[in-house]
Amino acid sequence: MKWDDLFAILPLVVISTWAVVLVLVDIVIPRDRKGITAALAALGLIFALYFTLPQYNRHLVAFNGMVIVDGFSAFLNTLFLASGLLAIALAYGFLKRNNIDRSEYYTLMLFSISGMMLMGIAADLIIIFLALELLSIPLYVLAGFARPRLDSEEAALKYFILGAFSGGFVVYGVALVYGATGSTAIVEIIQAVVAGKAAMVLLTIGAALIMVGFGFKVAAVPFHMWTPDVYQGSPSPVTSFMAVGAKAAGFAALLRIFVSAFPYLSVSLVPILWLISALTMILGNIVAIAQNNIKRMLAYSSIAHAGYILMAVVTFGKGSAAIDAVSAALFYLLAYALTNFGAWSVVIALEKSEGRGLLLQDYAGLGKKYPAWAAAMTVFMLSFTGVPPTLGFLGKFYLFRSVLEGGFIGLAIIAVLTSLVSAYYYLRVVVIMYMQDGEPVVEGDIWLKVAAGATAVLVVVLSLFATPLLQWAAQATLQSGL
Amino acid sequence: MSEYLPIVVLLILSAFVAGAAIALGHLFGPHHPTERKSLPYESGMTPFGPGARRMPVRFYLIAVLFILFDIETVFFLPWAVVFRKLGLFGLIEMLIFVMVLVVGFLYAWEKGALEWE
Amino acid sequence: MLLSDVGATGFQFFALVPLILIFPLLGLLINIAFGSRMQEKQIGWVASGAVGLTFIISFLQLVSLGIHPEGTVIRLADWITIANLNLHWGIKVDTLSVTMMLVVSGVGFLIHVYAIAYMHDDVRINGDPSRYQRFFVFFNLFILAMMILVSADNYLMLFVGWEGVGLCSYLLIGFWYDKGKDGIGNALAGKKAFITNRIGDFGFLLAAFTIFGLFHSFEFDEIFPQIKQVATVLPYGILFITVFMLLGVTGKSAQLPLYVWLPDAMAGPTPVSALIHAATMVTAGVYLIARSYPFYAVMPEARTLVSWVGALTALFAATIAVGQFDIKKVLAYSTISQLGFMVTAVGMGAFTAGMFHLVTHAFFKALLFLSAGSVIQGVERGLHAQLHHKGGLQEDHHLDPQDMRNMGGLRTRMPTTFWVYLIGALALAGIVPLAGFWSKDEILLNASNIDKRIYWILAVAAFFTAFYMARQIFMVFFGEPRTDAVAHASESPQLMTIPLIVLAALAGFGGFLNLPHIETFGHWLEHTIEYKPLTVLGEEMPPFSLQVAGMSTLLALLGIGIGYWLYYILVQKSLRGEPQAYKDPLESALGPVFSVLNHKYWVDELYGVLVIHPYQALSQWLADVVDWRFWHDWFHDTVIAGTFKKGTKLLAVQIDLGIIDATANGLARLTNWSSGQLRRVQTGYVRNYAMAVFIGVVFILGYLIVILK
Repeated sequence: MKWDDLFAILPLVVISTWAVVLVLVDIVIPRDRKGITAALAALGLIFALYFTLPQYNRHLVAFNGMVIVDGFSAFLNTLFLASGLLAIALAYGFLKRNNIDRSEYYTLMLFSISGMMLMGIAADLIIIFLALELLSIPLYVLAGFARPRLDSEEAALKYFILGAFSGGFVVYGVALVYGATGSTAIVEIIQAVVAGKAAMVLLTIGAALIMVGFGFKVAAVPFHMWTPDVYQGSPSPVTSFMAVGAKAAGFAALLRIFVSAFPYLSVSLVPILWLISALTMILGNIVAIAQNNIKRMLAYSSIAHAGYILMAVVTFGKGSAAIDAVSAALFYLLAYALTNFGAWSVVIALEKSEGRGLLLQDYAGLGKKYPAWAAAMTVFMLSFTGVPPTLGFLGKFYLFRSVLEGGFIGLAIIAVLTSLVSAYYYLRVVVIMYMQDGEPVVEGDIWLKVAAGATAVLVVVLSLFATPLLQWAAQATLQSGL
Repeated sequence: MSEYLPIVVLLILSAFVAGAAIALGHLFGPHHPTERKSLPYESGMTPFGPGARRMPVRFYLIAVLFILFDIETVFFLPWAVVFRKLGLFGLIEMLIFVMVLVVGFLYAWEKGALEWE
Repeated sequence: MLLSDVGATGFQFFALVPLILIFPLLGLLINIAFGSRMQEKQIGWVASGAVGLTFIISFLQLVSLGIHPEGTVIRLADWITIANLNLHWGIKVDTLSVTMMLVVSGVGFLIHVYAIAYMHDDVRINGDPSRYQRFFVFFNLFILAMMILVSADNYLMLFVGWEGVGLCSYLLIGFWYDKGKDGIGNALAGKKAFITNRIGDFGFLLAAFTIFGLFHSFEFDEIFPQIKQVATVLPYGILFITVFMLLGVTGKSAQLPLYVWLPDAMAGPTPVSALIHAATMVTAGVYLIARSYPFYAVMPEARTLVSWVGALTALFAATIAVGQFDIKKVLAYSTISQLGFMVTAVGMGAFTAGMFHLVTHAFFKALLFLSAGSVIQGVERGLHAQLHHKGGLQEDHHLDPQDMRNMGGLRTRMPTTFWVYLIGALALAGIVPLAGFWSKDEILLNASNIDKRIYWILAVAAFFTAFYMARQIFMVFFGEPRTDAVAHASESPQLMTIPLIVLAALAGFGGFLNLPHIETFGHWLEHTIEYKPLTVLGEEMPPFSLQVAGMSTLLALLGIGIGYWLYYILVQKSLRGEPQAYKDPLESALGPVFSVLNHKYWVDELYGVLVIHPYQALSQWLADVVDWRFWHDWFHDTVIAGTFKKGTKLLAVQIDLGIIDATANGLARLTNWSSGQLRRVQTGYVRNYAMAVFIGVVFILGYLIVILK
C-alpha cells in the first residue's frame, strides 16, 4: 500500500469513519437534541469535501487498479457530498415535524454517500458491485424511515426486493464478464479485448446484464416500475436524496463501465440503449402528465430525466463525442441535482403529516400567499422544463448538442419533443400556483428556506455565469486507468 | 473439468437419495385418501383463517442479527489462513473490521435489539 | 454642375436658382403655420412677396444667362437610386426655362397683388372669409409646382410639377366647392378638370415611359443628343412618344378633344382663371413641346398632327366664343383658341413664335381676365349699393354679375378698367403695335410659308377673335346700363387697378421683345432651341411679310368693324333708350346657328352621350352587376365566403373536431387509457415489477442472441 492509495480513498475513509463514529457518538446524544447529530453529519460531509477538492486535476490509479481518481470521480464525489448537505438541510425540519427525527437518517445517509463515492472512483467490477450495495442498502432502510407509516414500509420493502433482484443481474453480468475476459478490472478487460483473448458473446451479454442492473438503479424503462411507488412512499427528503444520489451513482457506473471498458460493444448494445433511452423519455414524460400527486409526478419526472442522461450513455462508442457527452451528462446531473433538491424543498415545505398537502391542487394560491416559495418553485419547474435562463436549459442544450454530435438525430428529436410534452405538466404547477385560488400552508424552517433559496438562486445565476461550470465539467473526463 | 466430477457425483447421489425416500413411501405406503385427510395438517384442529400467519418481527430481527455476525465471523477464517503473510497490515485491517463489528453490536445493544420483550 | 462649382466659375447667379422653389415654399409654409393669426393684408403680402422674390431670382438668372447663355443644371438632390436607375432633382437653367420662370413669377406676382384686393371682396361676397388664407396657400403652392415644372431637368421631375399644377388647378377651381349649380357645380367643374387632365397625363406618362424604354434615362441632356440616332433605328418609337406627348398637351393646354374642362374651370375665383387657366398652367403643354423640340424636329408627321390639332382648336374655340354671354366664358374660349395658335406654332416647328405668343398672351390674357374680374366686382359692388340704397329689394338679388347682357355703359363707371380692357382686347385682336399683333403675325407668317390651309384656318380664327372681343367691349362698356346694379357699379381699388395698368403696359409693349429683324427673343431662345422651321420651298423663313401682316390687320379691323356695327349701332337703334329690352343682335340674326355656338356645338352633350353616359352605364353595370351581384353576391358571398364557410365547417367539424380534436381527445383518451393500462401494469405488486424487469432482460438478451447469431 502506498500513500497514493490512501490519498485516493481519503474522502471515502473520512466519510465512512465519520459515519461509524457518529453511530457511537449518537448513543450519548439526548433524544431531543438530534440537531447535534445533523450538524456533525454535515461537518463530516464538509470535511470529506475538503479532502475531495485536491483530487481535481489528479489522475491516480490505486489499489492495483481497483480504484481510479480522475476529474470524473472528483466531480461526482463533490456532487454526492453537496447532495448530502442539501439532504440534511431538507430533512432536519421535516423529520422533526413528522416525529421521525431519528439520528439514523444522518448516519445511513453518510454510509450511502460513502457507497456513492466508492462508485465514483471504482475501476473494478467487483468494487462497483460493492459500491452499489453499499449505497443501496442504507437507501432501502431510509425508504422505510417513516415507519410505522405503511406506504413508507411498503416502499422500503419493494425497493429492497427489486434492488436485490436487479443487483443479481449485476453480479451475473460481472461473472460473465469475468468469464469472458478473465478479469474484473476495467484495465484488464480492455487489455483482454485488445489482445483478442475475450469471448465477445459472453462479454456482450455480461455487459447487457450490468446495464440492466444499473438501468434499474437510474430508473430506466422498463426497469423503472419501482420508482413511483418508492418515491411516493419514502419520506420526501429521502426521495430527493435518492433521486439525485442513486441516479448519479448509477450513471457514474454506467458511464465509467461503458465508455471506458466497453466502447467496442457499441454496435450491438447501442440499439438497446437507444430504445431504452427513448422509451424512458417518452414514458416518463407522458405518464407524468396524468399524475395528481406531486411526489409521483416528480418520480416520473426523474424517470424522464434519466432518459435524457441515458442519451449520453448511448454515445459511448463514439470516441470524442462520448467524451463530450460525459461532460454534458455531468453538467446535466449537476443541474438536475440543484433543481431537484430545490423542487423537493418546496414539496417538503407544503407537505403535511400523513401524506397530505401533496396534491397539485394543494399548490393553488401559493403565488399570492407565499410569493417567494412560488417564485422558487417556478424557477425549478422552468429549469426542469429546460427554459432559459436556468441551468436546466443549459444542461439540455449541451446534452442535446453532444447527442447530435454523436449522430443520434432521431434521439435528439424525441428528446426535444418530450421536453415540449414535459412543459405541460411542469408549467401546470406554475399555473395552479398563480392562477388558481387556494389557501396553502407552508411550514418551512430556516434550513429549508436556505436550501430552496440557495438552489433557486444558483439555478438562475449559474446559468448566467456558466462558463467556469462548463469548464469544470469538461475537465471531468474519464480516465481509462491504463 | 475433471476436478468438478466429485461435485456432480455428490449432486446426483443426494438427489437420488431424496427421490428414493419419497418414491419408496409412495410405492409401499397405504393409500386411503379421505376428504378430511387431504386437508392441510393442522394438528387435528379444524383449519381457519389464511394460511400465512403474522409472526413477531423479533424473529426476523434475531435472524438478521444472527446472519450479520455469523457471516462476518466467517471472514476471520480466510484471514487466519494468510495471517502471517499479511503481517501488521492484516492485523490492523482486522482490528478495524472488528471495531466496525463492535460498533454495530453496541448500536444493536443500545437500541434494545437484543432484548426479547 | 454642382452647387459648389457654380460659385467658382465667376459672376453668376445660377447658384441662387433653388430659391425659386424655396421662396414660394416658405410663403405657403408661413401662411399655413401663422396664417390664421395674420391679417388678410399680411397673408396676401407674404404670398405676393414670395412670388416677387421668386421673380427677382428669375431675373438674376436672366442676368447670368446674358453672360453664360448656354445655361447650367443645378443638382439639388438625388431622388431615386435603384440599380441602374439614377434620378436626381435638378434645376435646368437655360433661356427657355428662365423665360417661363420670368413669365410665371412676373405675371404671377401681379396677379397675387391683384388678388389681395380681389379676394378681400370675393370671400365676403361668397360668405366665407376664412378661405382667404387657403387661397394664398394654394396660390403659392401653384407657383411652387409651376416652378418645379419649368425648372425640371428631366421628364419625371417635369411630371411632378405637371401633376402639382394639376392638383392646384383642381383645388382652386373647386375653391368655392359648396357653390355653383345645385351647390355642387364648382366641385363638379374641378372634378371634370381633374379627370380630363388625367387622360392627358396618361398620355404624358406613356410618352415618358417610352422615352425611358428607348433612352434609359429621363434627363433632357442625356436624351436629346441621342434622338437623331434613335430616330433612324426606331422612328415609330419617336412617333409614339410625340403622339402620346401630344395627348398630354391636349389635356393640359385644353386642345381638341380634351379642351372641355377649361370653360368649366372658370368656376374658380377670377385671379385663378387669370393665373392658372390663362397665363401659365395651360401653357405648360406648349412649353412641353418646345422643351421636347428635338423629338418633333425629327418627326415631321408628328409636327403636322400637332399643328392641325392646334389650328382646328383655334378656329373651333373662336367660333364658340362668339356665342357666349358669360364674360369669363368668352375669355376662356378665347384662351383655348389662343392656345391653339401656340400649339399650331410649335407644331409647325416655329418654337420661337409659339413661345413668343405664349409670353404676350400671358400678358394680355391675364390683363383681360383681371379686368373682367374688376368688372364683375364692380357690378357686384353696384348690386350691393343698389340693395343698400333700395332697402333690401330682392328682385335683382339673383342677378348674374358675369352675364354681359346685364351690363353696358361701364365705360364711364369704371374708366380705368375700361382702358386697360380695351388695350388687352386690341392686343388680343392683333392691332398694331400691341403685343398680340407681333406674336400672332409671326405664327401666321410661319403658317403661310408652311401650310396655306393652316394659315387660312388661323386667319379666320383671328377674324373671329377680333369680332368676339369687339362684341364683348361694346356689350360691356358701351351703351346704357341694362340693370340697376350695373348702373351703380364703381371702379375697383388701386390695389387692383395698378397691376392692371402694369399688365396693360406689358400687353402694349410686350411685342417689342421680338420685333421683326431684331428678334431679341428669337436669338435669346436660339441658345436652347436650335431648330428653325423652313418654308415649303426649303428656304429660310422670311423675318416679315407685309402681305401677311396686312392681311391679319385687315381681318382684325373687319372683325372689329362688324362688332361695332352689330353691337353698337344696331343695338343703339333697336333699344331706343330702353336698355332692359336688350337682345343680342347676332342671336336674332343667326337664330339656330347662334344657338349651336351658344351651346358650344353640344360637345359636352356629345361627350356625355358618347363617353360619359356609356362610361357611367358601364360603371353602373360593373358596380351593380359585376361587382355587386356577380363579384360580391355571387363570387364573394357564395363562392369565396361560402366555400370558406364550408371549408371552415369542414375543417372545424370534420377535420378539427373529427381529426384534430379527435386526435387530441384521442391522445387524451390514449393517455387516460394508457394510464389505465399502466395503472394495471403499475399494480403495486412487487412480483409484477420484477416480472417487468425480467421481461426487459429477456428481450434484451433475445435481441443480443439474435444479432450475435
